[in-house]
Amino acid sequence: MINRIPSMELAKRVREGHLRAIARLITRVESGGDPEVREALAELYKSTGNAHVVGITGVPGAGKSTLVTQLVHEYRASGRTVGVVAIDPSSPYSGGAILGDRIRMGDLVSDPGVFIRSMATRGTLGGLARSALDAVDLLDAGGFDVVLIETVGVGQDEVDIVRAAHTTVVVNAPGLGDDIQAIKAGVLEIADVHVVSKADRPDSNKTIQELKAMLMMSLEPGEGIWRVPVVPTSSEKHTGFGELMAAIDRHAEHLERSGEITQRRHQIALTRVVKVAEEIVRDNFARDSRSQTEELLKKVTQRELDPHGAAVTLLKAMKETIHEAH
Amino acid sequence: MQNNDKNAAVIRVMLAKIGLDGHDRGIKVVARALRDAGMDVVYTGLHRTPEEVVDAAIQEDVDILGISLLSGAHMHIFPKVLELLKAKEAEDMIVAGGGVIPDDDVKELYQMGVHKILLQDTPPQEIIDSFRQLVADRGAR
Repeated sequence: MINRIPSMELAKRVREGHLRAIARLITRVESGGDPEVREALAELYKSTGNAHVVGITGVPGAGKSTLVTQLVHEYRASGRTVGVVAIDPSSPYSGGAILGDRIRMGDLVSDPGVFIRSMATRGTLGGLARSALDAVDLLDAGGFDVVLIETVGVGQDEVDIVRAAHTTVVVNAPGLGDDIQAIKAGVLEIADVHVVSKADRPDSNKTIQELKAMLMMSLEPGEGIWRVPVVPTSSEKHTGFGELMAAIDRHAEHLERSGEITQRRHQIALTRVVKVAEEIVRDNFARDSRSQTEELLKKVTQRELDPHGAAVTLLKAMKETIHEAH
Repeated sequence: MQNNDKNAAVIRVMLAKIGLDGHDRGIKVVARALRDAGMDVVYTGLHRTPEEVVDAAIQEDVDILGISLLSGAHMHIFPKVLELLKAKEAEDMIVAGGGVIPDDDVKELYQMGVHKILLQDTPPQEIIDSFRQLVADRGAR
């Protein structure tokens, strides 16, 4: 048995930028977060809000991890420290996961100004969005200047995570045939910066032109409006990553100058609060599945009560017994 | 095999290849077996340095750091890893070794502080079981 350090004590060390304390608290948050952990997180939340949070998403194989690696190099060269939360999918069968981002980000380790943490979509018992965003908070409180969240752009949870960033980067790869699909899926709208990766490939121009054309159509006229840039990058030729960092920095400046940052922060707060509330409700629902819920479900199947009515009844009853920690 | 216990944390494992050893078929089989047993597995890829692996293992806060060696360099690499873990105040991390290691060296590695050596013929289920046991013995962190 080992000596378990209280989470509050770890929180103190997080503020001092102690990497091991950050790592351990992320583990505790991922494992469900009992009240002792939540208390420490609540305390640390007061020290957050200094990092610029960048969400990076795109279809599998678009080159997100490679791009993150290059981007981290750019930030380090500009003198900034970077935290990375890389999310990989879990096996739907065993719940386990092979977190492979470490391989692609291999050349980044052994730099105290870079902290990389891999997370599995299902390894998180308390819900992916909450754990990932708590991890972002921990890196923020730990003093990292920039925090990058990398996730596959499929699934609502993943999209929500990216939307809880100050700047959202969508990575598009040429030749995947998903240009139009991406637009359908609404990925076009969430991007503050578009990247076309693998720009050394001859078919990348087509993707760049298509994206630019789509962006033109959705453009509103007026002054001081953010024009979503399309940045071509190539890890093969080592080009475009400086431009990408500059585009993210310009977006950050734009948020401050236009005052949009206030709306953005409000949006992030809303996303996070609603996400946690959803989880608490879902968890409580699962908890008392035997007694009252069963009763209500029976009524619904027998057409005595409609699903909406049952849900309202359930929420009213839940109000009295809500389990805050789960 | 699904991990349905809400109170049990998912076991996190880092599997590492250190030095000039290009044999990764075995470690990939182990990675897959551990994943299928519901664990989160971080694989480092080939040709890492002990410093890189220890830093990554600390950031990932893994329960177990598993190092596979088929190059014969185990008597150099394990002491280095253990020393780095100690220097970085992470000596509570469980260190496991696998691959091709002579019996005499196995004894010495245990004395040095390596928690478990699983040689090349170990069936996957035995690796899973002993990893679970090692984490259970260590207790909550």
